[in-house]
Amino acid sequence: MSAAEAKTETPEGSERADEARSLLRSVVESNGLVVFLAIVAALVVGAVLVVSADEAVQDSAGYFFSRPGDFLSAAWTAVTDAYVAMFQGSIYNLQASSFSGAIKPLTNSLTFAAPLIFAGLGLGVGFRAGLFNIGAQGQVILGAIMAGFIGFQFHLPLGIHLAVAVIGAILGGALWGFIPGLLKATTGAHEVIVTIMLNYVGLYLLSWLLSQASFQVPGSGNPKSPAVDTTAQWPKLLGDDYSLHWGFIAALLAAWGVWWLMERSTLGFTFRAVGANPAAATKAGMNVKLAYVLVMVVAGLLAGLAGATQVLGTEKALTVGIAGSIGFDAITVALLGRSRPAGIVAAGILFGGLRASGPTLQVQAGLPIDIVLVIQSVIVLFIAAPPLVRFLFRLPDPRLVKEVTA
Amino acid sequence: MKLELRGITKKFGDFVANDKIDLTVEPGTVHALLGENGAGKSTLMNVLFGLYDADGGEILVDDKVVNFVGPGDAMRAGIGMVHQHFMLVHPFTVAENVMLGHEQLAPNRLLDIEAARRRVIEISDRFGFDVDPDAVVEDLSVGAQQRVEIIKALSRDANVLILDEPTAVLTPQETDELLGIIGQLRDTGTSVVLITHKLREVQAVADAITVIRLGKVVGTALPTASQSELATLMVGRDVSMSVEKPAAKPGDVMLKVTGLSAVDEVGVTTLDDVSFELRTGEILAIAGVQGNGQTELAEAILGAVKTSSGSVTLDGEELIGRSIKSALSAGIGFVPEDRTEDGMVATFTIENNLVLDLIDQKPFSSHGNIDVDAIVSNAKEKIAEFDVRTTSSKATAGSLSGGNQQKVVLARELSRELKLLIASQPTRGLDVGSIEFVHSRIVAERDKGVAVLIVSSELDEVTALADRIAVMYHGKIVGIVPPNTDRKTLGLMMAGAHQEEVA
Repeated sequence: MSAAEAKTETPEGSERADEARSLLRSVVESNGLVVFLAIVAALVVGAVLVVSADEAVQDSAGYFFSRPGDFLSAAWTAVTDAYVAMFQGSIYNLQASSFSGAIKPLTNSLTFAAPLIFAGLGLGVGFRAGLFNIGAQGQVILGAIMAGFIGFQFHLPLGIHLAVAVIGAILGGALWGFIPGLLKATTGAHEVIVTIMLNYVGLYLLSWLLSQASFQVPGSGNPKSPAVDTTAQWPKLLGDDYSLHWGFIAALLAAWGVWWLMERSTLGFTFRAVGANPAAATKAGMNVKLAYVLVMVVAGLLAGLAGATQVLGTEKALTVGIAGSIGFDAITVALLGRSRPAGIVAAGILFGGLRASGPTLQVQAGLPIDIVLVIQSVIVLFIAAPPLVRFLFRLPDPRLVKEVTA
Repeated sequence: MKLELRGITKKFGDFVANDKIDLTVEPGTVHALLGENGAGKSTLMNVLFGLYDADGGEILVDDKVVNFVGPGDAMRAGIGMVHQHFMLVHPFTVAENVMLGHEQLAPNRLLDIEAARRRVIEISDRFGFDVDPDAVVEDLSVGAQQRVEIIKALSRDANVLILDEPTAVLTPQETDELLGIIGQLRDTGTSVVLITHKLREVQAVADAITVIRLGKVVGTALPTASQSELATLMVGRDVSMSVEKPAAKPGDVMLKVTGLSAVDEVGVTTLDDVSFELRTGEILAIAGVQGNGQTELAEAILGAVKTSSGSVTLDGEELIGRSIKSALSAGIGFVPEDRTEDGMVATFTIENNLVLDLIDQKPFSSHGNIDVDAIVSNAKEKIAEFDVRTTSSKATAGSLSGGNQQKVVLARELSRELKLLIASQPTRGLDVGSIEFVHSRIVAERDKGVAVLIVSSELDEVTALADRIAVMYHGKIVGIVPPNTDRKTLGLMMAGAHQEEVA
């Protein structure tokens, strides 16, 4: 087949395709090199922002023409300070007196990464099945509510307590995925709208619960639950000096589980077929509606596990902000990881690192935390536009290459 | 206007799509460019039309060298093109589509839609097109949309009209009308370049024939050449034009359809009291103009279309009300009409497409756990058996040519122990070599004792394959006739005349 024929066929083929789905597909199928280059490009743009936000650089820019060296060295200092601070805040602290202190930033990054990996995995399953699930936030919150409630209300033996709380989180998250899945399958309600709305329902349900005496520390009246029992907490992975807990290991196991589900199970094969071509999946005897429900249940239960990680491992009590922006950051993580488990783990750790480096950037490099968020956003922007990255780095268009070799 | 291509060469990387191609289109003639899918016909036309830069060669219009940078240049030089996939804006009217790209302003500085309407009416009348300038394009039939494309090209004073696989999407009637239009165009002095792989059309209208194979001109021929001569030239080896099959040995009734009716979402009756029987070891072909219920009939048997009344039994078992999955496992093989949309997942590998509806069965999986080795070795086997041309079984199905895609679908559907094979438009858009292959596999299934139901709007295919022909019109079967029924009778039945009336 020549490229010519492929070229004329393209508009026809995409004509009826759901816009959102084709966007989703282009992101899911963008290649690893593009992702890597997008990160490089984002760091370059980040450097420009760091330079323009730095006061010393701004001062020296005032007399740039008389002493350009000042400007350049100030700019260099600002950029290196920022990225060194980022490195030290997220991976390895060179100034620490001991090795155990030096690796603390890395363990913090992994702690931040755990819930992002869980929720990102759930979203990735949905994306590959063609579902634009925006509801991870609500699913995380429901998971956190269930895990937190079981954690502080029930008093069970060590081991069993944690297991029950985690199962509770799974059920909570799965329920919040099941609802939009069922509505899509039975009524055709679009999952984007339903999941966004369920995010609000989940958030305000949490707020309301925390206003009830049964969810508050007795006699306090603050919207904060009692601490979960130690029997229900994820054990520390490296001892009490570090925040890192077994929730991270559980996230890695979940990544392996999702890989098996999507690549080695007939259910995952169905999910992928439904995502790539629902019409062909139907004709091949697959139950597309059932698949939609199951995909959303799987996505929800994984996001629920993210909630469990937060409340049983990191925060240890239920608050209104328990989910932070995990459900939304996880969308980025899933897209960045191209919806593949290994990619999501890597992207989750990258984002955990960016998150962990925030305070160091502020203190050590004197940069606003916003810069981190900007870099995160710019990465996503580049990822979402593979042609832009290919243009910047003069990469060939993969479609043409594919056609020629075919 | 005389159009001449000299030594056109176009490369994509190492792949030479066009290799020093020469082509001369004399004024007022129909020149057929004949070649299999992927031979490089469309590439050549895209070079001519300024969509691709040639790596070598030159284009001459009336013996003067021209340089087209884009389609606009080609159009100004009097070259019009009707693409295989129409370039029309669906919600626009015919007149709006025709003026798109070179809109005129009326004296009041607004778009002069009236001028465009007059132009459409004038051209439409001149050729007897019967196209309403105010009709919205998406409401028109495929044949009418194609006429809009032709009007579009003619409204820009095209002296050379390039038609890229114009009949691929047309019914036999529309095809005949188009061939008539091509003749008219030639008679009024417009040259036509007809890109096709259909031999009958070439013989019907062409004045000169250039055959392309693998990017090279392999010969020229006169329209008096026989179909087998042309096919041999095009494919590069001898091909049999008729399907060789021994007499059918029908056995017991396998499929029994009784009083089947269906209504679509908007309330139109698509199947109207359809009844027929199909025996093991015979091929029943459903003929008819596209859109007369054939697609719905095939899908209703599979369970993909909801029926309102009637019954379908396979080997005595009722199928209505059962899922597609249970219909497939009851022994139905289904080759859908639109293979890229319904028959395969374009982004999946060939390996995975070969097990799309077998994945939950042994040996490909057990207890929900996929056996990758079994899938890979199955793919190796099927690719060899069905001669699927690909560099790797890991290539995506979407990267294959139409013929090879169809082989993948067929290979998969024939992997199960079948009682009934349903194949809709099994050779649509396929080249001669692939058609021959697909037909022989279908006949082989019949001879194994499978009941075969073919749905085809190609009369040649219907008469070549069928042991009996059922003609559908407006959701009804108007008659079941033997395969040696003449074309004219079949044509009349396809237009709704009953068997008794035409006999």
